[in-house]
Amino acid sequence: MQTQPLATGKLASEKLELYYGEKRALHGIDISIPERRATALIGPSGCGKSTFLRCFNRMNDLIPGVRITGRATLDGADLYGRGVDVVELRRRVGMVFQKSNPFPKTIWENVAFGPRILGEKDKTKLDEIVERSLRNAALWDDVKDRMQASALSLSGGQQQRLCIARALAVEPEVLLMDEPASALDPIATARIEDLIHELKASYTIVIVTHSMQQAARVSDYTAFFYMGELVEFGDTETIFTNPKERRTEDYVTGRFG
Amino acid sequence: MRLTRLTPHERANIAFGGFTASAALVIMAVLAFIVWDVLSQGLPRLSWEFVSAAPRDGMTAGGIFPAIFGTVLLVLIMTAAVIPVGVITAIFLFEYAKPDSLFARAVRSAVYNLAGVPSIVFGLFGVGFFIQFVGGNLDRLFSDGQVIWGQPAILWAALTLAVLTLPVVIVATEEALRTVPREHREAALALGSTRFEALWKVVLPQAVPGILTGAILAVARGAGETAPILFTGAAYFLPHLPTSGHDQFMHLGYHVYVLATQSPDIEATKPILYGTVLVLLLVTVILNLLAIGLRNRLRKQRA
Repeated sequence: MQTQPLATGKLASEKLELYYGEKRALHGIDISIPERRATALIGPSGCGKSTFLRCFNRMNDLIPGVRITGRATLDGADLYGRGVDVVELRRRVGMVFQKSNPFPKTIWENVAFGPRILGEKDKTKLDEIVERSLRNAALWDDVKDRMQASALSLSGGQQQRLCIARALAVEPEVLLMDEPASALDPIATARIEDLIHELKASYTIVIVTHSMQQAARVSDYTAFFYMGELVEFGDTETIFTNPKERRTEDYVTGRFG
Repeated sequence: MRLTRLTPHERANIAFGGFTASAALVIMAVLAFIVWDVLSQGLPRLSWEFVSAAPRDGMTAGGIFPAIFGTVLLVLIMTAAVIPVGVITAIFLFEYAKPDSLFARAVRSAVYNLAGVPSIVFGLFGVGFFIQFVGGNLDRLFSDGQVIWGQPAILWAALTLAVLTLPVVIVATEEALRTVPREHREAALALGSTRFEALWKVVLPQAVPGILTGAILAVARGAGETAPILFTGAAYFLPHLPTSGHDQFMHLGYHVYVLATQSPDIEATKPILYGTVLVLLLVTVILNLLAIGLRNRLRKQRA
């Protein structure tokens, strides 16, 4: 199946299966995702790539009837074991959603939301965090003069970068991105992609994308999912130029999907 | 090409349109008649004395201030009781209960059935539960056989009305929670919020205008209901205003009933009757406007 299992991955899964009720959506996924790299999950709609992504911050817990077997790990620790603090896990593993979802609050309040939840009350410290997060999300120059404006007054691309800033504000180790640019125009998409290039120096990034060009542009490693299976995983150049599996080749060359 | 003659279909459309419009017109006419009747007969009666003084001379003279005061106080106590209970129940049903669990289904069907109970039944419930059971036991435990809580009182009347308006608040709050996008809950949880923090900091602030709509509906309903307070606390006539939860009170709706049925001299009380009806309408409108104003201010703050 997949190539080169990296035993020392930041995130990993072993024989991971996920069921929606009786329906099996993920079939024994084994993967090891390296630290401080961008890994793209690609595949046709309904192949399980978003479902798989959401296993790593346990967002699937919110869906009634979901059952998971096998292991998913962060730094080798089982995410579904006994006594796992889901709230703490989600602080370490941040997420950016497909549809930008800023809260209907001010720009400042959006970014400060996570740190405040964690108990930070000092206004000066919060200001520092907000500025640093917005700079890291390449949004600071756009919004520095209107921190008290509603987040909903921003453009679509800015809103998505605000959501990235909000996720960065709690200083996660991993950033899960679920088709973060699928609702954006090409210019806004390019800015998000530039941002991913910068962020992967400090964060482990896993990005689900529909766009193979995007996967090729931003990722170091690529995993191809098909019908709930991980068909092939390897460095992005190999997957796109010299895949081992016929199905991978058919997909990346646009023969189906 | 015909430009002036109508096809049968067009004629049918116009006829049915006219038919529905006439039904709507009937409603307008009824409302207009009520408002005109109350205004034309009640307005001459309105005066500063009428809204600021107590009744005199066997209710044939003086004002209705105690009934205004009692109605407003009753509705405020009712609102203070029904909002927390209703909102918390709705939060349980929508955010925490599994939708198909036996308990959630039982609560939900209880809510819907509660909404269909005739209001006089709530009055009897108030007597049996609040006055005799709760009040009676309070007296037995704390007041050595003296009857303090085990009798009709404004608190019991307000709580009875709160039970009556509970379904309105629960349904409106559930509706308000439903309008908060799932994406906002997910974003809050993905940032490491507990479910309570997500609810408290993200979901509820967005639901507040909808919850206030529920409060408005509850106030509108509660201010006009008379049957539930007949046995639970409203008084025919009181020489002074209620000063504590176990006092009885005068009420506009009940005052109307008393004037219309208990007066020995119906011609003398008729203008007062109309004036009281007008004041009852005005009090309901003002309470509603207050709640609507509050909601609009909160909406603006977030926009």
